[in-house]
Amino acid sequence: MISLARSDFEKILDHAKKGLPAEACGLIAGTKENGDKIIRKVYLLTNTDHSREHFTIDPKEQLAAIKDMRANSLAPLGNWHSHPESPSRPSEEDKRLAYDPSASYMILSLMDETPVLNSFHIENGESSKEELVIRDE
Amino acid sequence: MFITVTGEKKEVKDGITIGELLAQEKVQTPEYVTVSVNDEFVEGEGRDATVLKDGDSVEFLYFMGGGAAWL
Repeated sequence: MISLARSDFEKILDHAKKGLPAEACGLIAGTKENGDKIIRKVYLLTNTDHSREHFTIDPKEQLAAIKDMRANSLAPLGNWHSHPESPSRPSEEDKRLAYDPSASYMILSLMDETPVLNSFHIENGESSKEELVIRDE
Repeated sequence: MFITVTGEKKEVKDGITIGELLAQEKVQTPEYVTVSVNDEFVEGEGRDATVLKDGDSVEFLYFMGGGAAWL
């Protein structure tokens, strides 16, 4: 299970909408408790591709985020990106470029009026959906 | 000598290159890893030529990208 505060979900959603028509992206960090991932902080980063079909996280911002996680005793838990015009599931490209099987890959779809966020485990090119809980706090 | 690797202080041999460190640390798919030394990014072709110094801080950043193409 992976959980995300509703306020952080809103931050991701806002960043993704502001980034339209391009994909938006970022990192997630938090703690691991009894096998569950608790997201404590989301990072809203720059898609250096500025594309509606691709994203690359700015490595400079990625480095700064990693240092911030360390400073706050947070573990890197994965990343998130948006699909402006397609469903909330990993593309072949997403699966090909997912190098870390311990990471969670969150995808926010904006294709419909109601945004859809899912989290995935990706390993050896295969993806499986993780239980995602949006917590009110 | 001592360097910091992804936030952890480690002892390594004098004169170690980034390429050697990548192998020593068993970094998976190094072609998709961006390396920074003291916050300066080192391009792939410069890794084997870059000798690390005592006190350097090295970070390995996995490429993070993807997208909706080929969905």
